[in-house]
Amino acid sequence: MKKTLLLGLALVTTATASQAAAQTITGAGASFPYPLYSKMFAEYRKSTGVSVNYQSVGSGAGQKQITERTVDFAGSDNPMTDEAMRAAPGRLLHVPTAIGAVVPAYNVPGVTQPLKFTGRVLADIYLGKIRTWNDRAITALNPGVTLPGLPITAVRRSDGSGTTYVFADYLSKVSNEWKTRVGVGNSLQWPTGTGAKGNDGVAGVVKSTPGAIGYVELVYAKQNKLPYGSVRNRAGKDVLADNGPASAAAQGVVIPADTRVSLTNSANRDAYPITSFTYVIFYREQRYGGRTQAQARALKNLLGWMVTSGQAYNEALDYAKLPSAVASKARNLIGSMTYGGGKL
Amino acid sequence: MSEPLRPRPAPRAALSGRSDRTFQLLILALASVIVGVFVLSVYQLGRESWPALREFGLGFYTERTWNPVTGQFGAAQMVIGTLVTSLAALVLSVPLAVASALFVAEYAPKWLANPVGYLIELLAAVPSVVYGLWALFVVAPILGRWQQGFFADPANLQVYTRCQDLWNSGQTTLQCFFVPSAFDGRGLALAILILTVMILPYTASVARDVIRLVPQDQREAMYALGATKWEVISRAILPYARAGILGGVILALGRALGETLAVAMVIGDSQDIIKSLWGGASTMASVIANQFGDAQETLHRSSVVALGLGLFFLSVLVNFLARVVIARLTPRGIQ
Repeated sequence: MKKTLLLGLALVTTATASQAAAQTITGAGASFPYPLYSKMFAEYRKSTGVSVNYQSVGSGAGQKQITERTVDFAGSDNPMTDEAMRAAPGRLLHVPTAIGAVVPAYNVPGVTQPLKFTGRVLADIYLGKIRTWNDRAITALNPGVTLPGLPITAVRRSDGSGTTYVFADYLSKVSNEWKTRVGVGNSLQWPTGTGAKGNDGVAGVVKSTPGAIGYVELVYAKQNKLPYGSVRNRAGKDVLADNGPASAAAQGVVIPADTRVSLTNSANRDAYPITSFTYVIFYREQRYGGRTQAQARALKNLLGWMVTSGQAYNEALDYAKLPSAVASKARNLIGSMTYGGGKL
Repeated sequence: MSEPLRPRPAPRAALSGRSDRTFQLLILALASVIVGVFVLSVYQLGRESWPALREFGLGFYTERTWNPVTGQFGAAQMVIGTLVTSLAALVLSVPLAVASALFVAEYAPKWLANPVGYLIELLAAVPSVVYGLWALFVVAPILGRWQQGFFADPANLQVYTRCQDLWNSGQTTLQCFFVPSAFDGRGLALAILILTVMILPYTASVARDVIRLVPQDQREAMYALGATKWEVISRAILPYARAGILGGVILALGRALGETLAVAMVIGDSQDIIKSLWGGASTMASVIANQFGDAQETLHRSSVVALGLGLFFLSVLVNFLARVVIARLTPRGIQ
């Protein structure tokens, strides 16, 4: 009796209140996709009236917040580990929304054409083994370019970052020494170099320091008009980062059904090797903590839109689109969301 | 009505007695809020940092390795970085601050003293992110260009490469301490510089006020003995104001120990041992700012919180020591 009364009450209140409550969806996490999400969410609001509040607090903080269920979805540049997912009270799903490329941006006076790098050279620079721009390892890759005898200042992130994760993930795939001495993570114990805060911080230091090299997301290199070099991919081709080559990276890697995978060092001939998905993370079962079905559906609609029509905004902002095979996997994942055990 | 024997107090006194009680309770409540906040912070910090302290014990504060990848966390380098930056900034800023306070209080004509005093206080009102940006975008490039220009000379470049080799093999020399590890201007020296400017107004304005409070008789007595202005300052004014000035120094030290954002922006964030005055370092606060947001593993997050706990106790310890020093230095007459 009490139950039915409650249910009835709930139905009445949802009918009236959900209309208002469902209008705002909250998310938090990675700062890398923030410019893209701002644009996407502004457009989404224009067409549907649903507003999305996304706080760019960092991937780690986003993962913590979704685990604690204080947001509807989290943004993260790296997938959660199995261990982290076990700590969550429900099953979490990862859906990629865009592909980002990390580029080696540099400031070498007198060099006008894009320099060529290999993964090994980048690893040796950040290990402190290559210390001047006219080191034989670099000149051999760049015949016809006169490189100065300037010392190399390796600039890196001082804050924990998904960008660092992607870069280190790539370096440990191409350099055994990197793998054993440094490893992969959002924060590392760096053998050399100087730390700067955020993508814009690294870009700023590179810009103002002759002889500097720094790894930044493509969009920041472009915004700051910093020259960046090509990186030799697994097939041996020198590829300059751009939307096409970054997107191609997702086509040379076997994407599992849950899409949690590293895209670095892709086997695709045209792929740019230092790339990664950026994800949104949410609960598969949406009925928790007093969420209404309307709220759950609003989230589902938003996510579905982000991996379909929303993709139209990716390239203009220098984020690569999801290849169609990945987009369909993403749609399947979103389609598997449930509410109270039933299909949403 | 039932107690006619009790002497009736005067109505006004009763009123005043009651409001006194209320005020007393109010003050007591406010004071215990402060104590409560203190206790709660220690409790929260302790609870959150427990996993790290259980794992590493007190060795957490004496071990040097900070490697989030392998899950080894030791904060010794950050404790050293915090103490070095704060104390060096203090050493640089106190003479400047006392000199400016003396100028404003004793030497400057009134039309100049007021604006100068006002400007010094204004320095304290500048948000720390502004100092950080100024250091990052104005001072660092200038320092960087100077470093680059100096080491462009082949002879100096040789020193530079030799130091790089030494550092890579884990060694160092005194000479290398003055060689930058990278030519970007950022690092320990810039952090100290920026802290110096940031804490200057605290010491300066407190010092100015206590110097002004030195009784006029004290000065006049000294002049009457035929002392020069300098003798008056050094024998009559400064000894009298000593304790108050030190109070300002403690305030400044507290600010320097906990300063986060500006330092995090310029210190270059290296958790290695401090190899060079110009090279990267890190402080406890800067590591908290840099790593808390993205610390994903429990142990990492908890280690960052443990840094906060350490910083808390470090501040308490430093303040306690400073109080002991003040008590010793206060002239007996004005205690």
